[in-house]
Amino acid sequence: MKKTKNDIIVSLKDIFVEFDGEVILNHINLDIKDKEFLTILGPSGCGKTTTLRIIGGFLQPKQGDIMFDGENINGLPPHKRNVNTVFQKYSLFPHLNVFDNIAFGMRIKKVPKDEIKKRVKEMLSIVDLKGYEKRSVAKLSGGQQQRVAIARALVCDPKVLLLDEPLGALDLKLRKNMQWELKQIQQKTNTTFVYVTHDQEEALTMSDTIVVMNNGVIEQIGTPTDVYNEPVNAFVADFIGDANILNGIMIDDCRVKVLGEELECVDKGFGQNTPVDIVIRPEDIEIVKPEQAKLVGEVTEVVFKGVHYEMTVMCKGCEWIIHSTECAPVGSKVGMKIIPFNIQIMNKMFLAEKNTFYAEVISSSKEENRITVSVEDCEFDIENQYFEQGTKIAVTLPPNALSIAGDGVGHINDVYIESVIFKGEHNEIILESDKQKWLMESDVDEQVATYVPLKFDFTKAEFKVVEGEYET
Amino acid sequence: MKKLSKIYTALIIFFMYMPIVVLILFSFNDGKTMVWKGFTLNWYTDLFKDSQIINSLWNTLMIAFLASLFATALGTMAAIGINNFKGKKRIFLQNASNIEILSPDIVTGVSLMLMFTLAGVAFNFKMGFLTVLLAHITFCTPYVVLNVLPRIRHMDYSVYEAALDLGCNQWQAFRKVVIHELMPGMFSGFLMSFTFSMDDFVITYFTRGASFQTLSIQIYTMTHQRISPKINALSALMFVVVLVLMVIINIKDRKLEKQNVQKAL
Repeated sequence: MKKTKNDIIVSLKDIFVEFDGEVILNHINLDIKDKEFLTILGPSGCGKTTTLRIIGGFLQPKQGDIMFDGENINGLPPHKRNVNTVFQKYSLFPHLNVFDNIAFGMRIKKVPKDEIKKRVKEMLSIVDLKGYEKRSVAKLSGGQQQRVAIARALVCDPKVLLLDEPLGALDLKLRKNMQWELKQIQQKTNTTFVYVTHDQEEALTMSDTIVVMNNGVIEQIGTPTDVYNEPVNAFVADFIGDANILNGIMIDDCRVKVLGEELECVDKGFGQNTPVDIVIRPEDIEIVKPEQAKLVGEVTEVVFKGVHYEMTVMCKGCEWIIHSTECAPVGSKVGMKIIPFNIQIMNKMFLAEKNTFYAEVISSSKEENRITVSVEDCEFDIENQYFEQGTKIAVTLPPNALSIAGDGVGHINDVYIESVIFKGEHNEIILESDKQKWLMESDVDEQVATYVPLKFDFTKAEFKVVEGEYET
Repeated sequence: MKKLSKIYTALIIFFMYMPIVVLILFSFNDGKTMVWKGFTLNWYTDLFKDSQIINSLWNTLMIAFLASLFATALGTMAAIGINNFKGKKRIFLQNASNIEILSPDIVTGVSLMLMFTLAGVAFNFKMGFLTVLLAHITFCTPYVVLNVLPRIRHMDYSVYEAALDLGCNQWQAFRKVVIHELMPGMFSGFLMSFTFSMDDFVITYFTRGASFQTLSIQIYTMTHQRISPKINALSALMFVVVLVLMVIINIKDRKLEKQNVQKAL
């Protein structure tokens, strides 16, 4: 189908939302095509539900426009929008039976009685609940309640159906069934579905388009194949599917250096000697004899997963995950062969390799060889350094000089964890404070989208005096 | 030990209910003194022939019904309002409502009397039916707030949003969905208000003016004149009505608890 302007049913333009000074959606743009199954995927706290509530009309953005079928619907209340929502907790009306729940919307719109009867019946057969009209909704199972909720929303004939993690409360088997059924219902009713989930497998299974969100921004929009095979950055690669993500240097077009070895790839246009992130899917690594590959490692763990073996290989201090139908025994040396097409090169999410912050010395003591500095409204002492009071200094810290204060008292408090990505050796964590981003190396798994106190190890720091004004 | 505790409980119940049982018993006594002279229903028939008493009964029921009705409406609105506040403001408003329940009736009664007297001078009216009704609405409303507030707090807010989503404006969503969720609380609040209104003597005494009579006032004035067993009959009837209302509230609460347990499962 040709992508013309008329195909777009909902369009979010430069949407900005904040609560109590905390940015929830940071200027996002999104076009939703008519009749597609679009999934908004992201970890909790990424802003996906907020996006849905904006389309539904339950929340007004601070800035930006919502276009529906080419018309601006900013400020239009939910009951005047041609969209319906399936809520996370189903939110059926407990005082009404199945029939009355589904008929609710049509009765409000004063649809004639005969037609209500007909359409409820049709809808019940679509959601596979024939003959359930008189049942009390409280006595239905989770899956059945879910289907009533879907029927109740769909019977209103919305142009867009919004679904907020509707399968979250169901057990695994039922969830798989419902995924398939939802896709069927979407095709039968020919309606645009906007589906919110944090389950990447669900997104890959059902969607025509996946929107990956993190920390209030859209990281990538694409078909399931696109986002899986061509993730734009390490976050997307890490969030969708299993992946080996490593640091590399793009020497030149089609030449990338990983763990000291130069490999051939197919990506171009990254410039010369540029630091990049590299993703290689576990199933794209072929196990060969050690002399046949540049990357050689030792198998440290083998787990049989049914369809394939999952092997962990240590290669130059990095952990690699390999999925293969052939098994190499633990302790054996193997070569890892990767064809150029399967090496995906991505821009780094955070360019700097070191952290630099600027501070002003607010007091100092020559005898004790100690200074007190002020950074982002936090004050703390640095030992074994002396600068005169009022000096502006730049402090540079390598990623491994940063840590999260276990005792809860850090140098800078309430720093937001934006992403945690395992890079073979250790986790690479990107943090955000009020004024800047930070890169941290850690062997601990931290929870994304939480606030933590950040601590610095100043023995690894470099200090420099800054003359005049400095930029932050 | 177990036996002892049973005896103890029995004694407590005995002393609590004995006077009422005696009262009910002697309302069937065929004689005017406290000596049993045989069974009769005369006092009850006399009671219903006494136009003054019938008038008081009618006043009492009318006040109780109207006061509960207004209190339920006001209390529900207040509870929704209080729920929409956050933090200290909410706690303040909630306490402001509860203090009204805890403060002695005599304080409420005297203060309302003062206010009505002042207002009466200013706007030229006399205390009577209307002032008693207003007073009863005042002391009943906090009970409704007390009953409705927990229902609102436990209500799934997305049910309200679902109604908006399906085409209701805010008022429709309230009328067709939210009110059903709050109904059990409103019902308990209504019944409680009804009971307390019927039961009230002190506040009515101070706000009734010169001529307006309710049952409790009637009984009080009757004891001044000459003790008639009609009082026993009347008191017995009032007790039975209040008892029935209390039983209804309890059954209703029990059912709700069961529902909640089912929901939790």
